[in-house]
Amino acid sequence: MTLTLAVVVIIILLYISWIFNGLGTMGLHIFPDVYTRLHAATKCTTFGTMFMSFTVIAYSTRLYIIEGEARFLNMAIHTFIALIALLVTNPTGAHAIARAAHKMGIKPAEAVKDDLEGADLQQKKPVMMKKKDTSNEEGDK
Amino acid sequence: MIEFTTLFYGSALLFGVLIIICALRVFLGPTTPDRVVGLDTINTLVVGSMIALGAAMWETLFIDIAIVYAVLSFITTLFIAKYLEGGED
Amino acid sequence: MKRSKAFFSTFLFALFVYLFLTLAAGQSLATESPWSEIIWSFEEIVLGISISLLVAAVTNHILCRKRNFRMMNPGRWVIMLAYTIPLFFEMAKANFDVAYRVNTGNIEPGIVKIDPDLKTDLGVTFLANSITLTPGTLTVDVDEEKNELYIHWIKVGEDPTETISGRFVKWIKRFAE
Repeated sequence: MTLTLAVVVIIILLYISWIFNGLGTMGLHIFPDVYTRLHAATKCTTFGTMFMSFTVIAYSTRLYIIEGEARFLNMAIHTFIALIALLVTNPTGAHAIARAAHKMGIKPAEAVKDDLEGADLQQKKPVMMKKKDTSNEEGDK
Repeated sequence: MIEFTTLFYGSALLFGVLIIICALRVFLGPTTPDRVVGLDTINTLVVGSMIALGAAMWETLFIDIAIVYAVLSFITTLFIAKYLEGGED
Repeated sequence: MKRSKAFFSTFLFALFVYLFLTLAAGQSLATESPWSEIIWSFEEIVLGISISLLVAAVTNHILCRKRNFRMMNPGRWVIMLAYTIPLFFEMAKANFDVAYRVNTGNIEPGIVKIDPDLKTDLGVTFLANSITLTPGTLTVDVDEEKNELYIHWIKVGEDPTETISGRFVKWIKRFAE
């Protein structure tokens, strides 16, 4: 493994991923309550795992350019799809946990302001529950 | 010189250590959502280490499993959150 | 009519994902052209079309729930892809922000209400996810009738609507409304 530019870029991406995953894990233990912990856990580990995916994509693309075997390109594509799955699912999971915590009655620690306390939230009826009548044919509201 | 394979095995090992540190939060966490946060972080780290292991061993299958694991762990998190909210809606 | 359109768009989406996953899987060994390892063989395409038909038949009422087909326009997908670039830089900023707060413990949290003035569900979903991924903010709850978001802000400041969502709303309005 000689130090070309591509190799240096791959190693830098790998180190960024290690640093941010470590920071996320540290934040999980340093912050005082569940909301601030979610800040650290969601953002940092998503970013770190994103850079792990970037590393693997760059590594496989480099090998594909050097050796020309299609299986390297295939691995880059699959890693890209794993990256998209992570980017879509992780913030939504964090949102679900935060909402559950607030509904359980956990107050944000050291809070200076809480607009959600006592707010009257309106929810739509889920569309899946409707009967199969004309509602499907009406179009968007 | 260190090979890339060694680096990827090393990052999988590092993620394993981080998973153990997150598991401490699952055991300690004063409230239930704290434990769920730890579990969610562990899921993300498992996906990351699967990608690293897939690159180290040249198995594309590992990355396919990582995709499925990401989606399934997301559904698990959603169901736990729904359960914690209570069942009125 | 609307139902068949929903079926067709779900089918196209599933087929696209299938073909993207099996790109360069190295299946058509018979031909000698240099692209034979990259593109799909005939059998692969037939299998992809049959699986996508099955998936579309089962799930078309989930993907196109509101029977609104504005996302069939490919221009919106291009804008959505372009949106990932400013989002990525915001994410990078977010991580250095969290790194700073992990090391100094300088927090002043609170939950604020913002009114981003978006109309569609897709837009609100994208905005909530973008807010969660960017510095110091985390979506806690949403008012689904008025489309107002409740944000946990790690350092409460002035004018939450503009500070938190002003950067994203003008992008999201381009592709989601």
